[in-house]
Amino acid sequence: MAVKNLLEAVRETLHDALARDDRVFILGEDVGARGNVFLITKDFLEEFGRDRILDTPLAEASIIGVAIGAAMAGLRPIAEIQFADFIYPAYSQIVGEAAKIRYRSAGGNTCPLVIRTPYGGGVGGALSHSVSIEALFYHVPGLKVLAPSTPSDAKGLLNAAIDDEDPVLFLEHKKTYRSIKGEVPDGKHTVPIGKADIARPGRDLSVITYGLMRHFAVQAAEELIKDGIDVEVLDLRSIRPMDRDAILTTATKTRKVLIVHEDNKFGGVGAEISAIIAEEALFELDAPVRRLCGPDVPAMGYSKVYEEAFMPSPERIAAAMRDLAAF
Amino acid sequence: MPQLGETVTEGTVGRWLKKTGEAIAKYEPLLEVETDKVASEIPSPFAGIVGEILVQEGDTVPVGATVCEIVEAGSSAPAASSSTAKPSSESPVAAAAPSAGAAGKERSNAAPAQANGVRYSPAVRKLAREHQLDLGGLAGTGRAGRITARDVVKAVESGVATKFSPAAQVAQASGASAAPSQARPAPAPSPAHAPVLAHAGDDDTIIRLSTMRKTIAERMTQAATTIPHAWCMMEADVTELSRWRDREKAAFKAREGVNLTYLPIVVQAVCRALKENPLVNSAWGGDHVIQRKHINVGIAIDVEEGLVVPVVRDADRLSLAGLAQSISELVDKARRRRLTMPDLTDGTITVDNTGALGNVASVPIINPPQAAIITMEAVVKRPWVVNDAIAIRSIMNLCLCLDHRVLDGAVASRFLGSVKKTLESYPQ
Amino acid sequence: MKSEPSVRETLPEGLTPDRLRDMYYFMILTRLCDDRGFALNRQGKIPFAATCQGHEAIQVAAAFALRRGTDWIVPYYRDTCMALSFGVTPREQLMCLFARKADVFSSGRQFPNHYSVPDRNIASISSIIAAHVTHAVGMALAHKMRKQDAVVLTSFGEGSTSEGEWHEALNFAGIHKLPIVFLCENNEYAISVPQSMQMAVKNVADRAVAYGLPGVICDGTDPIASYVTVREAVDRARAGGGATLVEAKCYRAMSHTTDDNQLTYRTPDEIEAVKKRDPVPRFEAWLADRGYINESAAADLKTRALAEVNEATDWAEMQPSPTPEDLYTHVYAEGPLS
Repeated sequence: MAVKNLLEAVRETLHDALARDDRVFILGEDVGARGNVFLITKDFLEEFGRDRILDTPLAEASIIGVAIGAAMAGLRPIAEIQFADFIYPAYSQIVGEAAKIRYRSAGGNTCPLVIRTPYGGGVGGALSHSVSIEALFYHVPGLKVLAPSTPSDAKGLLNAAIDDEDPVLFLEHKKTYRSIKGEVPDGKHTVPIGKADIARPGRDLSVITYGLMRHFAVQAAEELIKDGIDVEVLDLRSIRPMDRDAILTTATKTRKVLIVHEDNKFGGVGAEISAIIAEEALFELDAPVRRLCGPDVPAMGYSKVYEEAFMPSPERIAAAMRDLAAF
Repeated sequence: MPQLGETVTEGTVGRWLKKTGEAIAKYEPLLEVETDKVASEIPSPFAGIVGEILVQEGDTVPVGATVCEIVEAGSSAPAASSSTAKPSSESPVAAAAPSAGAAGKERSNAAPAQANGVRYSPAVRKLAREHQLDLGGLAGTGRAGRITARDVVKAVESGVATKFSPAAQVAQASGASAAPSQARPAPAPSPAHAPVLAHAGDDDTIIRLSTMRKTIAERMTQAATTIPHAWCMMEADVTELSRWRDREKAAFKAREGVNLTYLPIVVQAVCRALKENPLVNSAWGGDHVIQRKHINVGIAIDVEEGLVVPVVRDADRLSLAGLAQSISELVDKARRRRLTMPDLTDGTITVDNTGALGNVASVPIINPPQAAIITMEAVVKRPWVVNDAIAIRSIMNLCLCLDHRVLDGAVASRFLGSVKKTLESYPQ
Repeated sequence: MKSEPSVRETLPEGLTPDRLRDMYYFMILTRLCDDRGFALNRQGKIPFAATCQGHEAIQVAAAFALRRGTDWIVPYYRDTCMALSFGVTPREQLMCLFARKADVFSSGRQFPNHYSVPDRNIASISSIIAAHVTHAVGMALAHKMRKQDAVVLTSFGEGSTSEGEWHEALNFAGIHKLPIVFLCENNEYAISVPQSMQMAVKNVADRAVAYGLPGVICDGTDPIASYVTVREAVDRARAGGGATLVEAKCYRAMSHTTDDNQLTYRTPDEIEAVKKRDPVPRFEAWLADRGYINESAAADLKTRALAEVNEATDWAEMQPSPTPEDLYTHVYAEGPLS
């Protein structure tokens, strides 16, 4: 065990996977000599060579398309999209191709591909370096979407993603890269895909969340307990498949649910969680399901004013928790 | 310590380019800072004299920490030289903008004021059904007095709440929005109080019980056996009231569209008396008495099948006309089997017009979880002593049954006396 | 590079009289399958079919220029002849037309001609134009990384070369000198859009220089000329010389698919003229000229091919369709998941 930040956890996981399995290789823009714009793959080029740490042209669709081909040919590519905001040209390849390969060949072909990309705001990234994309992808059967929030989960889920036989979109919240530290187990720590984590057990209401918001929610909960309000925080970790059992268990336990995500509210992941709860636990609820999310504007702007107005903060989360507790 | 990269959270002081006591101009390089991404010269935000250096070369501090002081030109107090840019992490900034995600007002799910229409959450209904609880008797600790799931659970655990009232059964029968059938009989009485059952003879007729009748039977048994009833009666000389009513009733009918009967007048008097004697508007809570804030008067109404007791909420806030209207509406709804759950719940006291059928004295059974029930008997002309002479006066008896755990005779009599006094003083 | 069949004296490297007769066989087999598909559609028995009439020569040539069992093809939906020449059976072809559960390509999930037989080195494709070209590049990359001998051949129409991803694929292959052959079967129409409205250049092969690749043109209706050209590109790839863009000029005799009516955008005269260039009878004539086949042998081959197609049709028609329960299989390795 060692304390690392999320970036270090990802780096270590990638390094160990490359060392362990020579089918694994990394491709993306600036992954080689530059070592990735956050230095995640720093020095990998020297250690693993040009073949396996492959700087691609500035062409996202083909980063993924080529990776798909390599995966179909038996390798384990880890493709990087430099910022989630740049993933749109590759949408056809991810959703139209990768997600469907097993299904369309009735199992004859498979696509064990990992796509890593940093997402989320809070770093002054403005309109094109801050978006959350999970809602655009978690809808798609055949694709898996992961969003770990702790260094330990980042390692565990990335290992699971690399081992997975199906395409996995692995989302790394860039604000958590350096600001979130935690114990990371040594060796090939693996976390099962599709299992949520109770970040904080509680009794009075449940917050269902993921990503950076998990940390804000826990922080807010630690404030509320001083006033005797005991909040349970459930970190989804895995957006697709989603841990329905954990969602229903926590909703039934506390009877009050607040969903918090940074992504825009309308049609976001919270909408699906709400529907699941309404369909299967309506009669356990003591209050309507609430969602505290990013506003429905295209993206967060450059000025700090915009960014802070966009992103749910621990204070706003605490206020929403209090409000729900008092309902 | 400035923030030198999007995700940087700390910085290391590389080299101080100025010493304590040296002058520095605005924008002149002050120190070198290293982060794991870049190394930079940091220009001074102020002009002045470098004061105390707080972080030594090679030390690492979080973004936002003060690294040195500068005495600004023309001031005596040092100005702390830290980054003017606030770190983008976790600084609590009051958001002037509308709170994220709160765009679009939340509509009907804000908890309503209890009085405007009680709404029970699915969990509350479910728990109430599972434990056969009458929610009408519960105090709510949620917003605006909402009954929460926790309230129900607590009530179940402390044994406070009581089983469904017959009125609730009627609500279902009349197509109200109550949860699916919870018409289960109350648990059988303990063997020590087992009822004596009759056997039908050959030429006897067996009358099957409706759900309503069954429920009434259970409720009455429970009330009669668990509440210690005490009874008292007063006689009210309502001659003047009667004459006033005779004078007024035509105009009242024309103006208000409903009849001016004695019932709203008595209810109004009861409300006034309750304000003076609030303990009568209470409920037994096991080891405490719950004194109700609202005065919700239940009006006993005969329907074909039996008795229903719909409630006039906040009856003390209604005028005489208002009371007459409300009562008339409730009677109409009752007769047409259109009463809803909100109509039948949250009563805090009951008034029964037993006089309508000619009674002059009644011993009513209290409607749990209330603490009292009042009957108004028939107005009868009697020979009466007035100023030591015999006169013919219109007399209405008023009877009161009280829960002797909550009320004593003294309180009850004061209350009833107040009712009597109001009626005898008509018109004011 | 173009060759008149009658000028050739010796057969090109890799071709023997037997192989020539095999090529001819696959061309007539394909024609019969194609005709059968259209017939079944017009009979109302299958909803959809597409033919490769006009493309047979280049497709059979490409298949024969590759090493079966080692090299890979990543075809497009008009490559029926290439598929049949590379190991797909008539039964399998008819099964996909009938969308049967035992359809080896996709268990009835894909449109017809969306080939996928990894055991026989035929990669999976979808209906998204040009999406497969980057996949082919990825496969070539994998082969190179693993120092495998395999060459990848990917084929597409000229319309595909307008997609951005097509350019990205060639760019990538050019940078890394990948062992891949890009084969454009230019039949001059992308559904109804003629080449003049599809690109500003006269030849698709002219684009190769932008990606550092050699670009070559051949007569896609001449199986020998096509074979020579593709073979040269395959050999270059195998020897580590990198990728080639081959443009085979051919034509499309029939409408785009059974859902198209090309008379809405082509004149009957044009279509007639184009049909006169039918590669199948032309190749038969060439073979006969050279003494590689005589009339009765040709007739035998045709009889055999017809028997195969008939058997395949009857057999496929009898096979069961998928059931609603089959909807949920193969979403993920573990099953449908939530």
